[in-house]
Amino acid sequence: MMPGGRTQARAAWLFLTPALIFIGVFFFLPVIAGLALSLTNFDIYAIGHPENVQFAGLANYRAMVHTDLFWTALENTLYFAFVGAPLSVLVALGAALLVNSRLTRWPAFFRTAYFAPFVTTLVAVAVVWKYLYHPRYGLLDAGLAALGVHPVDWLGDPRWAMPAIILVAVWRSFGYNMLIFIAGLQRIPAELYEAAELDGAGSWARLRHVTLPQLAPTFLFVGVITAIGFFQLFAEPYVMTGGGPLKSTLSMVLYMYEEGFRWWRLGSAAAIAFSLFVLVLAITLIQLRLERERTS
Amino acid sequence: MRVPPAWPLVLLAACHSSTAVTLDFWGLGREGEVVAQLVPEFERENPGVRVRVQQIPWTAAHEKLLTAYVGRSTPDVAQLGNTWVPEFVALGALLPLDSAIARSRVVHPADYFTGIWATNVVDRAVYGVPWYVDTRILFYRRDLLAQAGFAAPPRSWAEWLRAMAALKARDGPHRWPIYVPTNEWQPIVTLALQAGSPILKDTAQYGAFTDPPFRRAFDFYADLYTRGYAPRVGITEVGNIYQEFARGTYAMWITGPWNIGEFRRRLPPNQQKIWATAPMPGPEGAASGVGLAGGSSLVVYRASRHQAEAWKLVEYLSRVDLEERFYRLSGDLPARRDAWRDPVLAADAAARAFYEQLERVVPTPPVPEWELIATRIFDYGEQAIRGGVPRDTALARLEREVNQILARRRWLLARNAARAAAPAGGGR
Repeated sequence: MMPGGRTQARAAWLFLTPALIFIGVFFFLPVIAGLALSLTNFDIYAIGHPENVQFAGLANYRAMVHTDLFWTALENTLYFAFVGAPLSVLVALGAALLVNSRLTRWPAFFRTAYFAPFVTTLVAVAVVWKYLYHPRYGLLDAGLAALGVHPVDWLGDPRWAMPAIILVAVWRSFGYNMLIFIAGLQRIPAELYEAAELDGAGSWARLRHVTLPQLAPTFLFVGVITAIGFFQLFAEPYVMTGGGPLKSTLSMVLYMYEEGFRWWRLGSAAAIAFSLFVLVLAITLIQLRLERERTS
Repeated sequence: MRVPPAWPLVLLAACHSSTAVTLDFWGLGREGEVVAQLVPEFERENPGVRVRVQQIPWTAAHEKLLTAYVGRSTPDVAQLGNTWVPEFVALGALLPLDSAIARSRVVHPADYFTGIWATNVVDRAVYGVPWYVDTRILFYRRDLLAQAGFAAPPRSWAEWLRAMAALKARDGPHRWPIYVPTNEWQPIVTLALQAGSPILKDTAQYGAFTDPPFRRAFDFYADLYTRGYAPRVGITEVGNIYQEFARGTYAMWITGPWNIGEFRRRLPPNQQKIWATAPMPGPEGAASGVGLAGGSSLVVYRASRHQAEAWKLVEYLSRVDLEERFYRLSGDLPARRDAWRDPVLAADAAARAFYEQLERVVPTPPVPEWELIATRIFDYGEQAIRGGVPRDTALARLEREVNQILARRRWLLARNAARAAAPAGGGR
């Protein structure tokens, strides 16, 4: 047994090595370099003159927490993630239940239609939505006007810009979550429903006491993936609003991008990146902890 | 062995002429398109030199130029927004042009608008040749101003305020005397320069935003909104500004030279006689009505392997006849006074006000951080006029953040001063 096991282990390492090397070189190394960068004052003066780079300790982090824009970006990102991610999961669950229902005709068509936004280029999507939101020529305001509602300048009004961005993000992302929910739904044994039905459970009771508990692992996966995705909001505001109006759609990643690639303050940008990393890590750990408490 | 991807092209070029030199020129936005039409003649005049023009959209230009420098793939010659020159000088990306200019029979510094030329000078060395100019002035509806009792455009701030008050009294709540986009830094910086603010003080090491001159300009600017003279909207929030101007929604607008062409194209023919341009009013009358020294310069990159040919291209594009042709193709105003003798330009009444303004333009502080600082100025300005933040608080926050941005510059200046002092002290 032993020699065979060792050969197997060696074979496993052999197969894993290329992947590990790739992950090491293209993921862990840059992450470590990024962390190191966040402790320096690398900026425009350092690009042409490397001798101008200095170890700065936590100065970037200190400056970051004293910058209004950082808090604005953090606030916007939390708003976006805490409203958008649950909304996306709920819409996905609803769509999955509908598509998976025995009463639905052409489920394959709806599956594809709901999934399509997810595989469409984000920039193209954002440009089309920009037209839909246009206060003068946009379809959305034309619809509101037909209902007698005063048109809203969706992307120009600081109060409405973020909800408008959330709508786009939810619309784009729920298709993927829906597919995972459908897979989860189809895994639930039919006997459970039959047994519940025999016990006299109506459709609502079956949803609450059979479907949802059975979907719990799927929920966890979808929740974590969606939260991570939503914390990295970038392309929608980059294309649609540029972070405005009044910085109401400036996200952490957009702020980091501007610091890093617009102003070339790479030390400061790396610090923002790590604060986002810590934030996402914390949220993920909380989610995992909640799940563990629920199951035990 | 690594084969360069352009291998077949290199071979082809080598067959064509053994001394062929290919220059890369990066043009920004519309200028990048137009320059492609001027290049063939240069190639005819300089056999063996070919120019590859690459067009870069303005919105991505700053990032792209920086990334190119970091990636060591800079062009030979490029068009650079003149407020960016100090930044690229700090990088060490640009070739000083003093000796080339001293020898040149084409580029005569005295022929250029003084304020515009100054934007290309960093620490007494010249790094760019002005190509075309840009400044902000007043576009106004002559008929609306006349109805309000003003036959001529305002020349001083006091007169300007009276005109706006009169217009507001006539117009009511849905029309505005002036349109000043809340998300542009140019209007507020222009007003501050007029009021005598250096924007940055102590050799540009600290912000001067809480000092009286800036405060005076900021009050004037913010009052435009609080008194209802200007609507609180950004440039992207007005559907069709030309239509609104034609309707009389706005009687005045602070904007740049590209709008001369736009007004002619987009305003109906029967309204062409009722709009006009005027230099910026000044706090103490016309002479104090300075403007911003904007525009684009032509620069040669230090990394270019064909610097002699690159300079020839800069010289070619700077020729008076080429500046005139460039103006006719693009509508961009020439940087040389001689080119303003062009009959089309000389007869253009709307452009005259720009000429007058260009004789009174002031450069923005020549620091690499300027673009970032300018962005912050309108961020905090917008907070005060749209976000309900008190003016004192907004300006104090602006100053604190700008001082933080400039910390690195202070450190470098102090270090360089210490280094300069060291040999003298340690010489014994």
